[in-house]
Amino acid sequence: MANVLINAPKTAKRGAVVEIKALIMHPMETGFRPGTMGKMIPRNIIEHFTATWNGSEIFRMEMSPAIAANPFVSFFAVATESGTIGFRWTGDEGFLVEEQVAIAVE
Amino acid sequence: MDRRHFLSCTAAIVVLPFGSASATPEAMAEAIKKMVGDAPVRAERVKLDLPPLIENGNTVPLVVSVESPMTVSDYVKTIHVFNEKNPQPHVFTAALSPRNGKAIVGTRIKLGDSQKVVAIAEMSDGKFYSASADVIVTLAACLEEST
Repeated sequence: MANVLINAPKTAKRGAVVEIKALIMHPMETGFRPGTMGKMIPRNIIEHFTATWNGSEIFRMEMSPAIAANPFVSFFAVATESGTIGFRWTGDEGFLVEEQVAIAVE
Repeated sequence: MDRRHFLSCTAAIVVLPFGSASATPEAMAEAIKKMVGDAPVRAERVKLDLPPLIENGNTVPLVVSVESPMTVSDYVKTIHVFNEKNPQPHVFTAALSPRNGKAIVGTRIKLGDSQKVVAIAEMSDGKFYSASADVIVTLAACLEEST
């Protein structure tokens, strides 16, 4: 099970722009490196990252192998309503992790 | 990083200064052209923050910020980042909307060599803006499996 670290405010004023940071444990193996036996290590990366606010998409990122191991993403969002911010990572070898955090908007 | 790991990395750099599977400035230009088409790309409104001297190419903090009001009528649609000398020119593509409020995206990337990194922003009106940064990488993203 992959470890996920989310950094987002728990409360925000309506209309405020909040910063959201997401970090996930993943090797991001590029597929361009020879292993100890001289054979290429097969590619294993996260390709897509999406963030949703109460189910509607607010941010999406397509990643290449050039993203560092344990991909970190930071972005901003307008606090529109209370609810949950959802995060979803998908990638090679059927990788799929979902996480959500609650946010109260007043 | 222990001594053996360091030596194996350094050896890989010395032996393979030009890896067979390596992007070139031309490959980057081609990848950009594929994304942008024939539209003009102006070097303004975008800011690309990267440390100018990178000690470890395995994880390089990168922040792209674009000057934009981020309103429904005028916002940044996508941000693309490209590099010259990694095995592939594409680094990431981020899709934004007015919901973001600020057109700022941060992440960490790998860099295999000293090179130029380019960020391109596509606005909602279809115009393209860009910024580039030249970086020096002293220890490239390690090519060999760590032992």
